[in-house]
Amino acid sequence: MAGVLDTAATVSWIRAIGAVIAEQEQHLTTLDRTIGDGDHGANMRRGFAAVTEKLDGEFADPEEVLKTVATTLISTVGGASGPLYGTAFLKGSMAVKGRAELDGAGVAAFIRGAADGVKARGKAEAGDKTMVDAWLPAAEAAEAAAADGADAQAVLSAAAAAARKGAEETEPIVARKGRASYLGERAIGHRDPGAESTAFILGAAE
Amino acid sequence: MKKLINDPEDVVRESVQGFGHAHDDILTVFEEPPFVIARKDAPVAGKVALVSGGGSGHEPLHGGFVGRGMLDAAVPGPVFTSPTPDPILAATKAVDSGAGVVHIVKNYTGDVLNFETAADLALAEGIEVETVLVDDDVAVKDSLYTAGRRGVAGTMLVEKIAGAAAERGDDLAAVAEIGRRVNANTRSMGLALAPCTVPHAGEPSFTLDETEVEIGIGIHGEPGRERIAIESADALTDRLLEPILEDLPIASGDDVLVLVNGMGGTPQSELYIVYRRVAEVLAERGISVTRKIVGNYVTSLEMQGASVTLLKLDAEMTELYDAPVHTAALRWGL
Repeated sequence: MAGVLDTAATVSWIRAIGAVIAEQEQHLTTLDRTIGDGDHGANMRRGFAAVTEKLDGEFADPEEVLKTVATTLISTVGGASGPLYGTAFLKGSMAVKGRAELDGAGVAAFIRGAADGVKARGKAEAGDKTMVDAWLPAAEAAEAAAADGADAQAVLSAAAAAARKGAEETEPIVARKGRASYLGERAIGHRDPGAESTAFILGAAE
Repeated sequence: MKKLINDPEDVVRESVQGFGHAHDDILTVFEEPPFVIARKDAPVAGKVALVSGGGSGHEPLHGGFVGRGMLDAAVPGPVFTSPTPDPILAATKAVDSGAGVVHIVKNYTGDVLNFETAADLALAEGIEVETVLVDDDVAVKDSLYTAGRRGVAGTMLVEKIAGAAAERGDDLAAVAEIGRRVNANTRSMGLALAPCTVPHAGEPSFTLDETEVEIGIGIHGEPGRERIAIESADALTDRLLEPILEDLPIASGDDVLVLVNGMGGTPQSELYIVYRRVAEVLAERGISVTRKIVGNYVTSLEMQGASVTLLKLDAEMTELYDAPVHTAALRWGL
């Protein structure tokens, strides 16, 4: 990936997400079967397959690409992940409105918009063992990298690393939101599938 | 996995299609957007409409409760997965007569988020929507630290009684109010003896060995309060009743409705053994069981297990429960 995300590079990143999600379907399903209901992999695969089909169209700017991802995920994923990822891409796209290409700061703005959107929609806080635990550290890492003058690729890498670490850190805690919250202490030792898929999404460009 | 299916990917579509053909006297199935099951005569002029839905796999809930006196539309999602906002919006538009629409939503994060989005979109199109959230499952203890109590078998009682209120001509606020009143007076608790297998997952959602029982199971096979060694039906029934009676403000002399619900893989004969014990315990406490219903209504595919639901009745709820209904799964007075 280049130092900036123009429209074509944004499309490539989303395509890469689709490929990673398809590859990781079984892994996400297995995580979700342990502390949820076992549908996260299939739902995400269905959603990003529908997204990928739409990427052949014409897009004016990165915002339009990201907004298309948002509306497609809302109408195809279902479960809690559909509205949550839909909101992530919608709020993220709104944060980069009017930019013809995303530099490091642009990517950080997208991730911050997405993280705050997910947090508000799901009414979850850091440490609730949800995808928020991947999105919030990713937004912080992205902003820190952008402030240091990192380019789009480097900001996304920093965000991906933080999301991955955040997903790992959901393992030792109990869940306070979502279906895993019904398990109480039995959720301890298992990674949150939503935090894991967030890490895949942010890490797809690598 | 051994199931009476063609392709795991086609389970919901083919089942909904068959359901539509089997009950074409009372309902219509729309396949675009997938899927909406609507009452045949919808929209009914001047009547508040009721829409419910959620993941498939709980049949007869919700499609089996579409028809006169109950739901105007049901929106079945993929197995155990909430439908997306599009079909919920389509169902809402298809059944709205102008009197407004009540969404009856089981309290699961996915259902809540998708119905919320659909209600926002409906409002943007000028349709008034009231949402009744069902959270009758006492297995979830501390709602401060969870997504809150789950909506389980009590959902059908909310749908029946609110449906009857809409049918007699109550306005939007009144239908929503009685739906919330039913929910507030309903408590449920379930158990599982054996798991179910989601067709596209291909493996059981959880495992229980020959001697284990999961107490406080949810209707998606999500684990409950505790896992114990198997006991007699009476002892297990007591384990379901105890938290319900602890939580429901009920006293000697009160009237209740008892619903003993099968999870899909338990024979009716065993459900009656459970009912027998429930009746015995309530009689000991001086609580009158004035209405009762026993059967597989809110299931989890082929899961072996049962739930007990108590609804503390008042005169109005009783009258509305008794009102005529004609759906695929419930029919009386019509």
